[in-house]
Amino acid sequence: MIRLSSVCRTFVVGGRPLHALADVTETIEKGEHVAIMGPSGSGKSTLLNLLGCLDRPTSGSYVLDGEDVSELSETELSLVRRHKIGFIFQSYHLVPRLDAGGNVELPMIFAGIPRGERKRRVGECLLQVGLADRKDHRPDQLSGGERQRVAIARAVGLGPRILLCDEPTGNLDSTAGKQVLDLLERMSHEEQVTLIVVTHDPAVAQRADRVLVLSDGRIVRRVKGPEIGEAWASFARERQQKAEAES
Amino acid sequence: MRTADLLVFAGTALLRHRLRTLLSLLGVAIGVTSVVVLTSLGEGARRYVLGQFTALGTNLVVVIPGKNETTGALPGIGGAPRDLTLDDAQAIRREVRGIARIAPLASGTEAVSNGERSRQVPVLGTTHAFKEVRRLGLSDGEFLPEMEARRGAPIVVLGKKVAREIFPGERPIGRVVRIGEFRMRVIGVMDSRGVQLGVDIDDAVVVPVATGLKMFNKSSLFRILVDAETHADLERMKNDILALMARRHEEEDITCLTQDAVVSSLSSILTALTLALAGIGAVSLGVAGVGIMNVMLVSVSERTFEVGLLAAVGAVRRQILAAFLFEAALLSTAGGTAGLLLGFAVIAVVRRLYPAFPVAAPFWAVALALGVSVSVGVVFGLLPAARASRLDPVHALARKG
Repeated sequence: MIRLSSVCRTFVVGGRPLHALADVTETIEKGEHVAIMGPSGSGKSTLLNLLGCLDRPTSGSYVLDGEDVSELSETELSLVRRHKIGFIFQSYHLVPRLDAGGNVELPMIFAGIPRGERKRRVGECLLQVGLADRKDHRPDQLSGGERQRVAIARAVGLGPRILLCDEPTGNLDSTAGKQVLDLLERMSHEEQVTLIVVTHDPAVAQRADRVLVLSDGRIVRRVKGPEIGEAWASFARERQQKAEAES
Repeated sequence: MRTADLLVFAGTALLRHRLRTLLSLLGVAIGVTSVVVLTSLGEGARRYVLGQFTALGTNLVVVIPGKNETTGALPGIGGAPRDLTLDDAQAIRREVRGIARIAPLASGTEAVSNGERSRQVPVLGTTHAFKEVRRLGLSDGEFLPEMEARRGAPIVVLGKKVAREIFPGERPIGRVVRIGEFRMRVIGVMDSRGVQLGVDIDDAVVVPVATGLKMFNKSSLFRILVDAETHADLERMKNDILALMARRHEEEDITCLTQDAVVSSLSSILTALTLALAGIGAVSLGVAGVGIMNVMLVSVSERTFEVGLLAAVGAVRRQILAAFLFEAALLSTAGGTAGLLLGFAVIAVVRRLYPAFPVAAPFWAVALALGVSVSVGVVFGLLPAARASRLDPVHALARKG
């Protein structure tokens, strides 16, 4: 499903190269639930942007669904995002002037789906996330958990193969957060959608099949979800010792 | 992505900031209004002036006694110009080819009275043909009948205003008025024509030419109006008349005027004036365009995250460009339409206040104003839309929504 081979992503900051991702090689299977952890600046967001085809690797290759997307043009990447990828953001990124239905409909509009078909699918998607009765509510009339569920409905509207979630529960209390994660897992399970969650919360990560821990642009740990608690603690200790040794 | 969807998408974005939308819309509306109103006034002025001339007929040759040119001789030495007579008019009628109508015109000023009510007005002595030559209408009764020009008759056709003043609230047809020494029967009342080149036909009366000459105690006509059958024949006819009159009077002592040259040069001057006014209006449209650009730039920077989101959900650059461009075009088109309606309203008011002044929005100006307002939106929306479409989705998404 996803095959990253020696992927590097280098930014030039202040005239000097900064290796946000350095030699990342990883395979993620269809329907897998993978969490990505790491301290800030470790390359989580860069990796997520690459996986989401918002960005291209400086070197290395990214094969998605058998297609090498590292060589695609910008327009082609847009189409890959449209048909294969659903994004979930920490701050939901709902368009404030559109109601829940309008937000879910948005990707379908740009995909050129006819109006009648859109209305039907919007209804289905909102039903799936349990918000059929909130269709006409604007984001500011919804709770945080509800907003994130609208965002999920929007992300799955065009039947993506991957759901990319950037701190999906970061702004939610634990009850709403659990609801959102339950929903994401259920949807990925039902449709065999690959679920990739970036988080710095071990409690979120431990629900994943696998967890990748990033540090300085490299994958430094690969553990099973339930084992992340210990692994994360030891990783944190190591980092602290290293930092102390350096200072 | 369909146009209807674009429309709804752009519409919701515009409705989100009603006041801002309204203000930038107002800018365009004022621009379009000024283009439409200014050009209408210019066009009105053109039509008014041309109307004054063409009411006389563009096929018209006006024969005037006297030679309108400076000669070396002292006035009077060449002898007073010979009278322009009814015989001359008949000779022209008889001998010059291509004449549709000919109306001799005698003129004087007399008191027209009905009992106590009296009014000093211009009296025009002429024939049946005058009605056609001057494009007059009748609001009541008849115009002068067709008859031998040399024969007089105690009949008169009143101007609208004269009729109103000396027969207030009454129907003048069949009544008798005194004009100077003469008692005349009213046979018609002319339609209102307003002031034409200094002669207020509403405040004048028309009598048969022979009666007029007797009344004024003159033998010379004031003018002979000759209507050519075709416009192309005008110059030839003018020369024929000059030659004929030179033969009859044994010298060139008349002047022939045609409207043609005057009308066409006036027309081009006034068209230039209208264009200049359109240009002034267009400046305000340009200003409105900058207003739109400003609003769209604010809109794009406010909605940066939205642009990032659109990119994330698979909108291609071209679609993002189109969405913002459409928004700007929608804004300016709505403004343009509002401005057009406002302009028409202003024109309607002007028309009501000054009925004689033929203000009218020229079609080209309406089309131009609308076309320009739409293109103003597109042109000035291009920069903001391009900016939106060039946003890096990664950075755009990093902005808080």
